[in-house]
Amino acid sequence: MMAQPKATVELKLPSRLGFEKVAMGTASHVAKLMGFSDPRIEDLKTAVSEACLNAIEHGNKLQESLSVVVILTLDAAMLEVKVIDKGKGVTKKVTAPDMEKKLHGEEASRGLGLFLIENLVDEVEYVSESVEGSYTRLVIHLEKDREVK
Amino acid sequence: MDAPETTVIVEEKSGVTLMRFEGDITSFSEAALLGTYRGLPPDEHKSILLDFTKVEYINSSGIALIITMLREASSANQRVHCFGLTPHFKKVFEMVGLLRYTAIHPDEGAGLTALTA
Repeated sequence: MMAQPKATVELKLPSRLGFEKVAMGTASHVAKLMGFSDPRIEDLKTAVSEACLNAIEHGNKLQESLSVVVILTLDAAMLEVKVIDKGKGVTKKVTAPDMEKKLHGEEASRGLGLFLIENLVDEVEYVSESVEGSYTRLVIHLEKDREVK
Repeated sequence: MDAPETTVIVEEKSGVTLMRFEGDITSFSEAALLGTYRGLPPDEHKSILLDFTKVEYINSSGIALIITMLREASSANQRVHCFGLTPHFKKVFEMVGLLRYTAIHPDEGAGLTALTA
């Protein structure tokens, strides 16, 4: 697998909650084939799941007729996951959750997804309204995985 | 694809209320998780231990439900601790700052000991 040229896996999901697990499962299998460690795969699964949830809920606003497209591109050194929707993209600044405020009801309990994504993968990029649509691009590097081990 | 189910089983042990979760914890879990919790009179359930042993998937909406439960428990002067989280979800709880408001124990025995001390 390591010496193989770039390869791509593409998924097209309905904008229905629960289907994020399909992308999560696929990303997990691909990462395992590439040789990522189990903790890194768990991190990736959560990040992919949260990116898809964001695309389903906020991007496509749960309109099932709109698809969320997930493109996994892998090479010898890294795995890239693009989660594409038809929304306006992520434009807000991602900040750490203020748990004190959440626990005192001064801030909504929700809104943790983007923070988790940014803290679980090596690179995150948000692109708004490109030709493909708006997307979140996640990358994990095998080299980093070796450092963690 | 049907909505994933969450089962919650309530048990009493040594004066501690155990809520044993099974399945995914997501936005679909609100009725099971918060509904079950809100059905427990706070005066009779001062110490609650959440069992995540049979939970494989928790997403940010599921964490939000746990935050809501912790908020309500804090207002009702209840203590809520956890056990059975995978190392990954323990890390996620820590990452979002939840460990300042609940304790995560390695197993049920440690959780019961802490809550009955």
